Amino acid sequence: MELILETLGLAESAQLLSLSPPGWGANLLRGLVNSLKIAFGAFGFGLLIGLFGAYGKLYGGPVLRDLLAIYTTVIRAVPELVLILILYYVGTDLINKASSALGYGRIEISGVVAGIWVLGIVQGAYSIEVLRGAIQAVPPGQIEAARAFGMPPIMTMWRVTIPAMMSFATPGLANLWLIATKDTALLAIVGFSELTLETRQAASSTRAYFTFFLAAGALYLIVTLCSGVVFAWIEKWARRGQPSLREDRT
Amino acid sequence: MTTLKSLMVPHRIVMMLLFAALVLWCALSLRWDWIPKYAPLALEGLWTTIWILALTTVLGFLLAVPLGLAQAIGPWYLSIPARTFCTIIRGTPLLLQIWLLYYGLGSLFPQFPWIRSSELWPYLRQAWPYAVLALTLSYAGYEGEVMRGAFSGVAKGQLEAAKSFGMRRFTMFRRIWLPQAVRNVLPTLGGETILQLKATPLVATITVIDIYAVSSRVRSDTFIVYEPLLLLALVYMVIAGLITLAFKRFENQVAR
Repeated sequence: MELILETLGLAESAQLLSLSPPGWGANLLRGLVNSLKIAFGAFGFGLLIGLFGAYGKLYGGPVLRDLLAIYTTVIRAVPELVLILILYYVGTDLINKASSALGYGRIEISGVVAGIWVLGIVQGAYSIEVLRGAIQAVPPGQIEAARAFGMPPIMTMWRVTIPAMMSFATPGLANLWLIATKDTALLAIVGFSELTLETRQAASSTRAYFTFFLAAGALYLIVTLCSGVVFAWIEKWARRGQPSLREDRT
Repeated sequence: MTTLKSLMVPHRIVMMLLFAALVLWCALSLRWDWIPKYAPLALEGLWTTIWILALTTVLGFLLAVPLGLAQAIGPWYLSIPARTFCTIIRGTPLLLQIWLLYYGLGSLFPQFPWIRSSELWPYLRQAWPYAVLALTLSYAGYEGEVMRGAFSGVAKGQLEAAKSFGMRRFTMFRRIWLPQAVRNVLPTLGGETILQLKATPLVATITVIDIYAVSSRVRSDTFIVYEPLLLLALVYMVIAGLITLAFKRFENQVAR
């Protein structure tokens, strides 16, 4: 193994990337874990906003619908980087004001929580649109049937609408998840130690820019490709029981 | 399109009044005294943002056409590299790509004496060529995928008709295949261009002074946090609106 690395001239890179202290591998992996935590949290938070927002847009009153339209339009027109800064300052300001009003001192907000809050709000705007389209694609007769049997609204949502819309929503949600993982890199600019920032710190203190940036790129790529496989499973599962288009033709 | 009549509903009038009050409050009680001092710099930054956006979308699109073609009809030795390129670009964060090019290439080039003595060196020492390169490659990666779908989506009969008239392959591509493919994806292109606009502030991290960098500078010089950011968000919303309008007009013209 070492001989192969030696002949390829990669021994130095392997040493830099090793997991034990002289190498920076452990730092990169810690950054990756942080990135994934933030991406999971933000995706989940965004889905929650998206579900309620989609219901609000479809069945809400005129005021709620207009407010949601403003939210989705503004979030989708302003760069994520600017939104992250605004939401970050607003969030920390609000929490500090609340804590000082309650008599506590300044609170240090953990990077992961702040990242989830900031990216979740951004993701929410996109998931509203994805889920709204998916709910609209469910044949209305199915939801009406549930209502006609006297199913309460929450149960209708849980038992009928969500399972039926899953197959329509999965491609869009897969895309959103990929955006979430890539947007975590933007948090590097606010100073959270996720993968991209850890990489930059490692690269600038060892001057081995190519090694570290390529390694981080490979890690992101692995995450992307694995997510692709997982979402393909989920889509297959969500489509179970539906006639496939290909088999119809033969 | 929202018409005037649809705006004249009671709850919308109330909302507009509330919004006007909010704008008035912002104008009166927030600090805007820094604007005159930073206006020239901001205009320069705005210009940088716009030309970087325009240049990278045009170059990126020109690169996306061969990428899409290679994936749609190319032989395997062209389609596999094209697909790999698109996967890599779409699978890694743009910020990482920008930093890889700027810090990576930027630290590599000075080691070669012939690059340092070449005529390109004054440019290679600046940040913007790396920003343009990274954004172009990114746009090409995303658009290559879109164009692949567009090229395979053009009706086969059209191409067969052209062939049966004895049209040469390049003429056929220029006159029939490309225009139809582009027309079909114009709405997607508009959306992607807005995504590209939203990617431009990342170049501020490698010392290109765009409009975002100007707002950061105001923030660090004067310690005013919200006002520059709000104005910045407004500027981006206006540019995004203009792009949407331009693409709509273009679509209407083409659809005739």
